[in-house]
Amino acid sequence: MKEKTYVEDIDRNLYDFRNEEGADTFRLQSGLTRETVEQISREKHDPAWMHDFRLHALEIYEGMPIPDWGPSIDGLDMSNIATYVRPNTKMSASWEEVPEDIKDTFERLGIPQAERTSLAGVGAQYDSELVYHNVREEVAAQGVIYTDLESALHGEYAGMIRDHFMKLVTPRDHKFAALHGAVWSGGSFVYVPKGVKVEIPLQSYFRLNAPGAGQFEHTLIIVDEGADLHFIEGCSAPKYNVANLHAGCVELFVGKNARLRYSTIENWSKNMYNLNTKRAQVEEGGVIEWVSGSFGSHVSYLYPMSILKGRGARMEFTGITFAGRGQNLDTGAKVVHAAPGTASYMNTRSISKDGGISTFRSSVVMTKNAGGSRASVSCQSLMLDSVSRSDTIPAMDIRTANVDVGHEAKIGRISDEAVFYLMSRGISEEDARAMIVSGFADNVSKELPLEYAVEMNNLIQLEMKGSIG
Amino acid sequence: MSDLLLEAKNLSVCVEEKEILHGVDLSIGRGETHVLMGPNGAGKSTLGYALMGNPNYQLESGEIWFQGRRIDGEAVDKRAKAGMFLSFQNPLEVPGLTLSGFLRNALEQVRGSRVKYSEFRRELYRNMDLLQMDRSYGNRDLNVGFSGGEKKKAEILQMLMLRPALAILDETDSGLDVDAVRMVSQGVEAYQKDMDGGLLIITHSTRILEALHVDYTHIMVNGRIVCTGDASLVDEINRDGFERFTAGAEEDSL
Repeated sequence: MKEKTYVEDIDRNLYDFRNEEGADTFRLQSGLTRETVEQISREKHDPAWMHDFRLHALEIYEGMPIPDWGPSIDGLDMSNIATYVRPNTKMSASWEEVPEDIKDTFERLGIPQAERTSLAGVGAQYDSELVYHNVREEVAAQGVIYTDLESALHGEYAGMIRDHFMKLVTPRDHKFAALHGAVWSGGSFVYVPKGVKVEIPLQSYFRLNAPGAGQFEHTLIIVDEGADLHFIEGCSAPKYNVANLHAGCVELFVGKNARLRYSTIENWSKNMYNLNTKRAQVEEGGVIEWVSGSFGSHVSYLYPMSILKGRGARMEFTGITFAGRGQNLDTGAKVVHAAPGTASYMNTRSISKDGGISTFRSSVVMTKNAGGSRASVSCQSLMLDSVSRSDTIPAMDIRTANVDVGHEAKIGRISDEAVFYLMSRGISEEDARAMIVSGFADNVSKELPLEYAVEMNNLIQLEMKGSIG
Repeated sequence: MSDLLLEAKNLSVCVEEKEILHGVDLSIGRGETHVLMGPNGAGKSTLGYALMGNPNYQLESGEIWFQGRRIDGEAVDKRAKAGMFLSFQNPLEVPGLTLSGFLRNALEQVRGSRVKYSEFRRELYRNMDLLQMDRSYGNRDLNVGFSGGEKKKAEILQMLMLRPALAILDETDSGLDVDAVRMVSQGVEAYQKDMDGGLLIITHSTRILEALHVDYTHIMVNGRIVCTGDASLVDEINRDGFERFTAGAEEDSL
């Protein structure tokens, strides 16, 4: 037990290093009032419609109740959250121009290196603003737009953003979507033109360094007809003793016969309330693929939703959630089949240990128009000890006959015999357990690019260290 | 007695508080092949598990010495690193862990040093070919969806790769068709001859033994070794069964 504390303390160092806030960092006073929203809008030079949008969203926020059906978020007090913290730098397209301490942060997270070897473009957000954004020339030459949302609001694509921004996830969706609408800052805008296939992934990385702050980035991706994109999102933060909040929003528009893969490895620190909303709309013959790894945060509410709007649209969701001590991770996925011949496939794993709680919620809706569609949900849970919890909450709303809907859930523990078997080949008990858990998470690691699969396996190894009690 | 590989002295073993083995003595010399036979439920597999150190098999009394060191207090992985191997009667399935990935990891643990991938792959393919095992099995999840025969071959493959000083084969021939038995038997022969490996073959049939040289045969009945002889004892069992031994034992237990 002693070793466990020790190991956790040192091992989180991988993500758990922090920079002092610079004297000239601009930090909005904590709390949420009309004045703070006005101030954010001024700082960001919003167009008039966005200014009005924010204030309207704030009104909705104030009138909406806190969700009462999931993990408790009583520890989150908005009056202690700074909604906007701007690092003392402008966004740059060269790492050389990024201030040393911030650049160092991303170096330690391996972002510039990954950019050189395996990415077509990178966006890096530090607290409330992007500090770096760059896309490879050959990708830009294909007409692919990858930029921060603020620039896009004022540029050539302003109209496109206005047409799509918070149209899929509206501020009325839930209280934290409304909050997002009021105080959003940062995030990425991607547009892939008709028929363009982006061969290697784009990645945005979100780092929240400031204590007691919120991060509200907005990701808007439009993949036009017949186009193809893999987008990777990473997030982490150092641990503080005060609550931090992440209420991002991701809106994905997948055109006719287009394909978008959206991969996330989320590793927020364990003082984070992660109340994130993600949604995709898929046109005829299009495909959305979600790959989602949830490892961090104190409390998470995360259920990426796919609306299969066009005939034959498909979605695949592959997810893993790992809840350790002090974590209550409520994750899952939703799908609405709104057209004939659509298909969805959810395949998730959840792991809980040291008293962690992992809940998997799924929702499958088949509308009257969804004839000939099929949906399959498969969820497996692994509890590593008797003090941890794992729940599965499936919901299905089927409004037409002639559909095929399947659900399968399994909850298990690591078999002692399997541990004995691996040990009998010379593998230590700790490694044997880690191997079994990594193998259990294989559905997700198979779907990730190699270096992310390696990172995910490292995270699992870290979590498993010292778990022999 | 530097040639002594394993020495089990007066082993009594409990499973779920029921004593299964009652004072078993067994000595195996380096490179020797011992056969342990006996009727179902005699405690043969229990002896294998106890020697390997399965925590569910508790040593009530006795000592286990291996390569000159007392190991009965040591964890399973330590015994494996010391050169002991157990081929499981029912190998476990581990989804998401490939046979080759697992084997390379185990090999590095047992050797205590990194193993180059090229060298590993050469060894792996050589041994798979010997067992007529399709090379694609290396990339499959450990034992997942393997037939009974493939599982047993995979066990023998692990033995050939890890090159233990003592391999305990627990019913490795049970449930196999003639061809599979021949392949497994070929693998065991290679281990016996090329690696000078010591063997404790637990079986209640004799098919696997036909092609192997056997030094000693032990008959276990009701948790005791009731008779030890040479290879000819196998032939006798083949001919007459265990009746001669069980009759006495039943009287004993009354």
